[in-house]
Amino acid sequence: MGRAGWGLSPPGVLFAVLGLGALLLPFLTVAANRIVAGDGVLPWRLAAPAVTLPGTAAVMAGLLLGLPSAWPRLRFAGSILGLAGLLWLLMQGAPALLVGAGDYARVSPAIGFWCLLLILMLLMADALAQLAPGSLARGALLAAVLGTLALILWSGTLSQLSILQEYAGRREAFADAAVRHLALAFGSLATAAAIGFPLGILCHRRSSLRTTTLPVLSFLQTIPSLAMFGLMIPILGWVGDSVPGAQAIGIAGIGFAPAFLALVLYSLLPVVGNTVTGLAATPPSALEAARGMGMTPRQRLWQVELPLGLPIILTGLRIVLVQNVGLAVIAGLIGGGGFGTFVFQGLNQTATDLILLGALPTVALALVSAIVMDILVELASPTPQGTA
Amino acid sequence: MRIGVGTILRPALVLLLLALVLRPDWFAPVFRPLAPEGAPAIYARSSLLSLSLSHLGLVAAATAAATLVAVTLAILVTRPAGEAFRPLSRTVTNMGQTFPPVAVLALAVPALGFGAGPTLVALFLYGLLPIFENATIALSTLPPATMEAARGMGLNRWQRLVQVELPLAFPVILTGIRLSVVIALGTATIGSTVAARTLGEVIIAGLLTSNTAYVLQGGIIVGLFAVLIYDALVQLEARLARHTGGRRTA
Repeated sequence: MGRAGWGLSPPGVLFAVLGLGALLLPFLTVAANRIVAGDGVLPWRLAAPAVTLPGTAAVMAGLLLGLPSAWPRLRFAGSILGLAGLLWLLMQGAPALLVGAGDYARVSPAIGFWCLLLILMLLMADALAQLAPGSLARGALLAAVLGTLALILWSGTLSQLSILQEYAGRREAFADAAVRHLALAFGSLATAAAIGFPLGILCHRRSSLRTTTLPVLSFLQTIPSLAMFGLMIPILGWVGDSVPGAQAIGIAGIGFAPAFLALVLYSLLPVVGNTVTGLAATPPSALEAARGMGMTPRQRLWQVELPLGLPIILTGLRIVLVQNVGLAVIAGLIGGGGFGTFVFQGLNQTATDLILLGALPTVALALVSAIVMDILVELASPTPQGTA
Repeated sequence: MRIGVGTILRPALVLLLLALVLRPDWFAPVFRPLAPEGAPAIYARSSLLSLSLSHLGLVAAATAAATLVAVTLAILVTRPAGEAFRPLSRTVTNMGQTFPPVAVLALAVPALGFGAGPTLVALFLYGLLPIFENATIALSTLPPATMEAARGMGLNRWQRLVQVELPLAFPVILTGIRLSVVIALGTATIGSTVAARTLGEVIIAGLLTSNTAYVLQGGIIVGLFAVLIYDALVQLEARLARHTGGRRTA
């Protein structure tokens, strides 16, 4: 901080060194089919030098632009330039490597690509932390990134990559999995909010309820996810068998219902806990003033405590959403659907790209949820600094 | 009331867990109705004790390595020389924790193959974040008066770190370790899908053969381990907090 002029940013130096090192690693792999291990290809061997040069040059220039600590905008631009270079190498390298490699040949990004992607994204994050954009600017940036990503995928320039070939063979299953995954994550969030929110308000009012409810919920949270999903199976199987009409609405031991219930149980602690903390965080002076104005307890709750506690309550929802997007993957093991289906199919077939087809959308969904919820939390905070 | 429930329930659960792991046959009548016709009710393909030990060993090794690395990194970024890495480290811990542990595990497989290796790496990587976050917060929010006193006593930087900063930060770091351990226990369970030897094997075997008895048996054992270890660490934290004057709780 405060270092002006030509000072070098220490993280920038680290990224440049690591990034240049990563350029010496295999960038893509070519394999004879989707199962066998492939051979790594170095960035400058992907295609003719005239084709790979602009890409590698852009990556190097991007890394170097990340160096000066005084110009965060330039560093940010450097990260964009570097990412564009990576995209160029992928676009040019994949078709070039597939020429004459056989009908079942597959090209996938290799360790070098993933390292460079990570390094350039860290550079972007570092530059953004320096720039400290407001919540609206962050939202616009996120929209721009997602828009670009959608455009790239839609344009088909990367369709030669193995992961997109896996997708091409499973368009409908992928759409189903996406809908199911979102239904699990958001449905359980909504249900947990509908239960947890009133429960949190009750806990806020009665300390005896609070001291019994919160420990029970935190123990529930502790149970490993696979065990929790497994434990739901006999319970819901029993309900499905013994309660008339339960099976008709889809309650059975295997499938959507146990996954959904497990996610709801995991969600209760962050919702209830943060509601209690949020409501308790009202400054005594504000409560005093509300009382002085003659507000009833109900009015105090809705007009004073809830609005003031909203950032903390929303933080609870953020935790739940991110957690459930990730945990919904486990549903794939008990026939609950979602992206986990691809992950575990891929693990069974040792098909790396099928694993990625399930894992990458999950990671992206979790990241986007976190960023969007962070923006919402910030917008709900009375002071622009947030509550962190 | 709290003492009453805890003192009765804790030893009871420990005994139940020990019995489930060491003498699984005792529970055959309980699980029998859940097993399909003709299928065994008690998991016998490998001993539950060795699966438990291997499960706990993975978690312990990964958490120990993660603690060592995370606390070292936290010490570095809280020194003046590491200041420039603070904003970056905050972003990385914030965003890194949004990565689903299962996804980390699945992504480690292409890089490292099947077996205990990818599980260990996934547990280690994921375990770093909560410990690092808590250690950084603890080391950067030490009471200024205490630090001033330590400087006034003529302690050098190393002595201040070892004798004052780390002991004061320890309870908060321990909270981070507890969060890591809980996540690691859960992720290790899923590790059995990539052929790591953990208790998840029992649950997965049950899911594959539609044997609810296995699922329940594995689920209860893993759940009890998690709950008891979590509880033990909470007790340890409470005790330490009392020793160091109950400075903060995270």
